[in-house]
Amino acid sequence: MSCECRENLIEILQKTQEESGWLSRETLEKIAGETGIKPAKVIGVATFYAQFRDKPVGKNLILLCQGTACHVNGSAEIEAAIREHLKVEEGEITEGGKFTYSNVACLGCCSLAPAMMIISKEKGDKTYGKLTRESVVKILDEY
Amino acid sequence: MNIKVGMGSCGIAAGAGEIFDLLVKRAKNTDSGVTPVGCNGMCYLEPIVEVDGKMYTQVSEADVDDILSGIKPLHEAEQNQNRIALRNCGIINPENIDEYIEKGGYQPLNLTPEEVIEKVKASGLAGRGGAGFPTWFKWDACRKATCSSTASPCSDNKKYVICNADEGDPGAFMDRAILEGDPHSVLEGMLICAHAIGRGAPSGNSSLRDGALVEGIIYVRAEYPLVIKRLEIAIIQARERGFLGNQFDIKIKAGAGAFVCGEETALIASLEGERGMPRLKPPFPAEKGFWGKPSNINNVETFANVPWIMQNSGKAANTKVFALTGKIAKGGLVEVPMGCTIKDVVFNIGGGIQGGKNFKAVQLGGPSGGCIPASLQDTKIDYKSLAETGAIMGSGGMVVMDESSCMVDMARYFLDFTCKESCGKCAHCRVGNRRLLDILERICNGSGKDGDIELLEELSEEIKAGSLCALGQTAPNPVLTTLRYFKNEYEDHIKNKKCTAKSCKKLLTYSIDLNKCKKCNLCVKKCAANAITDFVINDEKCTKCGFCESLCKFEAVTVN
Repeated sequence: MSCECRENLIEILQKTQEESGWLSRETLEKIAGETGIKPAKVIGVATFYAQFRDKPVGKNLILLCQGTACHVNGSAEIEAAIREHLKVEEGEITEGGKFTYSNVACLGCCSLAPAMMIISKEKGDKTYGKLTRESVVKILDEY
Repeated sequence: MNIKVGMGSCGIAAGAGEIFDLLVKRAKNTDSGVTPVGCNGMCYLEPIVEVDGKMYTQVSEADVDDILSGIKPLHEAEQNQNRIALRNCGIINPENIDEYIEKGGYQPLNLTPEEVIEKVKASGLAGRGGAGFPTWFKWDACRKATCSSTASPCSDNKKYVICNADEGDPGAFMDRAILEGDPHSVLEGMLICAHAIGRGAPSGNSSLRDGALVEGIIYVRAEYPLVIKRLEIAIIQARERGFLGNQFDIKIKAGAGAFVCGEETALIASLEGERGMPRLKPPFPAEKGFWGKPSNINNVETFANVPWIMQNSGKAANTKVFALTGKIAKGGLVEVPMGCTIKDVVFNIGGGIQGGKNFKAVQLGGPSGGCIPASLQDTKIDYKSLAETGAIMGSGGMVVMDESSCMVDMARYFLDFTCKESCGKCAHCRVGNRRLLDILERICNGSGKDGDIELLEELSEEIKAGSLCALGQTAPNPVLTTLRYFKNEYEDHIKNKKCTAKSCKKLLTYSIDLNKCKKCNLCVKKCAANAITDFVINDEKCTKCGFCESLCKFEAVTVN
């Protein structure tokens, strides 16, 4: 097998996920078949990296920043507000599939802490900063 | 008028995109030019618009007309920092190569590879990713290495220059700002490095007289889409001008979200399409790196320093960029000379603590670093002095904490992060850190036991000794430094079941002071747990969410 092909596995997974939103077992096996990379390896790589999802995602993907600055500035409160308002656990999809709520390591806009990003096909990707329990509920209601 | 709008990710999140569009629209039929620039570091004032050298801060859409007519009072730009890595950030348009060239970029390099390495050595440049390893030494080792690997099916006599832009430390965004604000400085740094490690033959080796073929790769976090976009534009422009493409080209690889990939050997594994798991060193990447070829890996900030070093012979590259965040009044990006103190950064540049609270500690180096207490605020910022405190310089995250930050909770927070990010290869890191986290969680939940502190210390030393890579070796640092300086907080949690910072929820009791309560019923209605009846909070039902405290206008809810 050429190094080129092995080297591109992560990129192939990224492109596939971009199209379908997540990576099902069948999709991974199909990638293995087409590239000649062993299925165990494809699944091994897909489960190693945080970016790859093994569940379908909602129309809007909420990424709540868990960086140090956000933690110090009260991201736990925001997390509680999201869970309460959407009745959803971390990594899960809401009933009806409007939102998926997920925590991320750090969005890198620490001066806006606590911050979150919402990835949405309809509304584009938006970052919201200086969140409060009230403002986060208001933002979610706009979607 | 020459109008510049700060359009880093942070500026855009604060609303700079809308301001920019509006300014472009309004300035259309005037002689004013509107340019997007990167982050100038003053994140607490975003969105920022600069007109002919003067700044408008926290601009709203309503201010746009005033800006164009020059009405709003102007603030002079404060620029008392000595900027090397950030020299062009917030000043030039990162999507226009001409502006970078105008600032002295891409000057012809009439130096032999040995001379380049000598210059880097003279400048004292050390790895800005955190470890502080001398940059010249890595370059020299990679230059002297020959392609002896036969394990790889790729064509021979190749070397790689790799830029580590997998900025994973939570609370750090220096690399993002540099790549968004001045991508060409990093590309040029890599170009100079390629010349140094690849061109011409090291003396006495005739088979490599023409030098090695060098390729460049930038490994970028996938969470930074704007960085990837600006780098793509910069690479295309540099190719058009012939700086890249013929002898040396650079490609971008997006990471997929794994903190451990900041470690060189894990990064290489990830580039090769594998799980990002580190391997034993030696052989170092300078000898056997990407596909077994000699590879030189440096961090973004390190590369950004290199073109400046080439242009400023004899001067020392002795600054460090920090992302100043947390409970700081003026948070943002600062570049400070080595040797200044923590106090200088927090109070002179950062303007002290938000809301006039007391400064308690700074956290440096993210999950690998440690907390330095306010009592050591005169510690100098250099690799050696910081290491003596038990913390590290790190990649540049500086999170400021005040009296409301619980140090046991901070240690728990970082261990939680490390546990999630451990690749799982070494048992000490995989299982040991999990056990550390278990102990810290029970302390924060009020179930700490006698002997827990000793257990934390013992286990920390074992993890440091038994882990292969820096992630595991440094993971206990947040625990060890907080134990060193804030042992009383641990004891308070364990013996008195008390969190003095009022941060550990399980240890708090909420109550209503009936002397202050006006019986407005607001808290009773809004309590999601229905824990308040007759203005008494039922401690068993209370989820300690603190909502009643934030609601009460009469400050009748007290926390103990």
